[in-house]
Amino acid sequence: MIHYIFRRTLIAIPTLLVISFIIFAILDLAPNDPTGNLPMTVPPEVRAKIRSSLGLDEPMHIRFGLWLVQFCVNEPLNLLHEGFGISIGDAENRTRILSWATRSPVVDLIIQRTPQTLWVVGLSYLFGILIAIPIGIVSAYRQYSWFDQVGTFISMVGFSVPTFFTGMVAIIIFSVQLRWFPMIYDTTLVVDSWQNFVSQVKQMIMPVAVLALYNASQLSRFMRASILDNLNLDYVRTARAKGRSERAVLLIHVLRNSLIPVVTLIALGIPTIFSGAIITEQIFRVNGLGQLLIIAIEGADIPLVQTLTFIFAVLIVFFNLIADVVYGILDPRIRYD
Amino acid sequence: MKYIISTLLTLAIAVGIASPVQAKRGSDGQLNLLYWQAPSTMNPNLSGGTKELEASSVVLEPLGRYDENGNLLPWLAEVIPTVANGGISKDLTTITWKIKKGIKWSDGSALTADDAVFTYEYCSNPDTGCTQSNYWNDIKSVKAVNSRTVKIEFTVPKPFPYAPFVGYNAPILQKAQFDGCQGAKAQECTEQNFHPIGTGPFKVVDFKPNDVIVFEANPNYRDTSKPAFGKLVFKGGGDAVSAARAVLETGEMDYAWNLQVEPEILIKMEQGGRGKVVSAFGTSVERLMVNFTNPDPSLGDMRSEYIGGNNNRNAHPYLSDYNVRRALSLAIDRQVLVDAGYGKAGKISCNVLPAPAIYASSANDECKTPNVAEANRLLDAAGWKRGSDGVRQKGGVRISILYQTSTNSVRQATQAFIKEMWKQIGVETELRNLSASVFFGGDISSPDTYQKFFTDIEMYTNNFSGTDPQTYMSNWTCKEMAQKRNKWGGNNMPRWCSPAYDALSAKMSISSAMKDRIRLTKEMNDMLMQDYAMIPLIHRGNVSAHSNTLSGVRMNPWDSELWNIADWTRK
Repeated sequence: MIHYIFRRTLIAIPTLLVISFIIFAILDLAPNDPTGNLPMTVPPEVRAKIRSSLGLDEPMHIRFGLWLVQFCVNEPLNLLHEGFGISIGDAENRTRILSWATRSPVVDLIIQRTPQTLWVVGLSYLFGILIAIPIGIVSAYRQYSWFDQVGTFISMVGFSVPTFFTGMVAIIIFSVQLRWFPMIYDTTLVVDSWQNFVSQVKQMIMPVAVLALYNASQLSRFMRASILDNLNLDYVRTARAKGRSERAVLLIHVLRNSLIPVVTLIALGIPTIFSGAIITEQIFRVNGLGQLLIIAIEGADIPLVQTLTFIFAVLIVFFNLIADVVYGILDPRIRYD
Repeated sequence: MKYIISTLLTLAIAVGIASPVQAKRGSDGQLNLLYWQAPSTMNPNLSGGTKELEASSVVLEPLGRYDENGNLLPWLAEVIPTVANGGISKDLTTITWKIKKGIKWSDGSALTADDAVFTYEYCSNPDTGCTQSNYWNDIKSVKAVNSRTVKIEFTVPKPFPYAPFVGYNAPILQKAQFDGCQGAKAQECTEQNFHPIGTGPFKVVDFKPNDVIVFEANPNYRDTSKPAFGKLVFKGGGDAVSAARAVLETGEMDYAWNLQVEPEILIKMEQGGRGKVVSAFGTSVERLMVNFTNPDPSLGDMRSEYIGGNNNRNAHPYLSDYNVRRALSLAIDRQVLVDAGYGKAGKISCNVLPAPAIYASSANDECKTPNVAEANRLLDAAGWKRGSDGVRQKGGVRISILYQTSTNSVRQATQAFIKEMWKQIGVETELRNLSASVFFGGDISSPDTYQKFFTDIEMYTNNFSGTDPQTYMSNWTCKEMAQKRNKWGGNNMPRWCSPAYDALSAKMSISSAMKDRIRLTKEMNDMLMQDYAMIPLIHRGNVSAHSNTLSGVRMNPWDSELWNIADWTRK
């Protein structure tokens, strides 16, 4: 297994290099301009100066090389320096990846925004899983019962109605009409008292619920299908024939086997937590990574877009590996070595 | 004289409104502002975006700024320098500003003329990449005469020298703070750019880029009873509709900026009774640019190029005909466009320069009422006959227009309306929209920028900041034509060239008497309008909303909307 993980990691390096180059090339070739959003009163000579102050005069391969060095060498060293006080080399004069719109280090922006995304999107993912698994089990076991029908209907709605719509509906009902929850996420709130904790929970309920509905509807369908596949298999008949209770058959034999594909799916979905829920974060004004990405794209803030998308690529490659490993652990029939 | 009296009158009224009995500093608690575009920096010199200018205007202040009627007010300066009071030299090449006594930065140190000199050096350094550098044009030197006097010397006579240190584009930075941040270093001074020290009513406590800014009252602000609010939260992000909702329906926020929302939605929200929608009209005009050169792709390199001196040898096949241009303008029912897309945020405009009011011409009001019959008659008379498909043509040239603009729901609706209106006069229109960052981006390798203008008609809004139209009106001189040779860097997109217009523009740059400037400006505007170099559609205003509990808001199209935030109070 160790050998397998090692081999996969080695393969990942060239893959990621190619990915980073493709991202860079696409962003570079796109007809996008960081000065494009400036007011028209800013004359072209000034725009040219701004572009050159951002380093856009250099040819593409130099800019790519610079970014790569900054991302792979300077930024990790800087993290060591700031996080643990270990300085290697000239820590003061090291150049970092600077965002064009904010002129601040990209990594600092990402670090600032990661907690909110993990809390809101991560919790919604967790709740989604917790809701989806029981619903999937019951729906499959009582196939075509009223519970299954209602469950199917709700998950179809949750799956097919986009979050910007459910989010809007939630805001209109719970913020505008009932006034239960705030519609604007207060990102300056520090949870240091019971009262602030309550406000934090209140402001998280809507975004988390909207996303949890979406995640749960997807997963519950998979769970249901996976259980249905297993229920008709021979080992289930054997277990029943042995005289085990229905409860044991379902929750021990069937559930464990049906979870294998679902767990893989969950692992593969984890990177999407980091990439945030672009639309939901935008609607509720949660200052997460998804919102950061969309603002960067709109403002043609290429270093930020490049760094964020590349981090997502790394996470996807990494969690693919995790999924494969977990698969091997869950299913003894699968061996990689 | 009339102008001066009316200015004084409005000033007197403004001062009268602005000085009610004030409570203590910070007595009104917290003020919440919502800008659906989030500021990404607090340094206005590194981002020309309005959102950053607005955010920084509560901290950084200029020597002079505009009130809501476009009058120049002394802000950190004692008076506005003029030729009459000796502040501007007779030859119009120097201006001397005197800073008020006792102004302090929020850290307690004194504001001096050196700070002003430094601000000029900071922005004029080419490596800084200063987005406001056009406010510092034609300057020979900026010197500190003494600790409270700044003298600016220009390389050319400046009849209107109020660009440096005026308005929210050119405020003063603290030298002590930004000293190490000049030139290429400007990019790396994150701490300074996020937390600039200012003289304004508030100081930055916490800045989260692209998200939220927390301010508190500046303890060293010059008026000890202001600001009434102790804390200011400037939240950014989201979209315009929900921003309007947060003020007008839920009341979570006190002020929401730039509400580009369908008019009927805004009206409905306002009926909730929690807040008020306010608008102010600056110089923005949504207009159709008419291409005077031939954009035919088969011309290759000569596409949309102006060839020949005063005689256009690459003329547009049908738009070079005056009758066609006039007919296109006559056929448009502008009121329909206002009602459908703008509501309180728009008014019909027949001028490319509709404001300040003293410059607005009334000679072009023909466009206010559409006249399809007259448009058809003009085209018939000029020999443009309807073909079997209903499209007019002459000598094998069909009037089939390619009409481009940026992607934006209001613009696309406007396009669709205009297409229908032009159909009535036998003109075929193909619509096209491009992402704003491509269309307005200056990428010279892209054929789709508004500068290249490789189509027949294009639509966008342009304006000028401040109140003086000289530079703006010089945009349509011959040498400003956006061409291959200047890498499409000019401002004359229609490639409309008239020696008579150039002469007026030259005259404007040496006339300092107000009445001459007004006359010249009107003349230039009328020339452009009557030759249909551009077809103005809508005079666009800024729309914001504020809570009913907030008083003191005076929407200002000439400067920051937050220009008088020190006077805002809670009812």
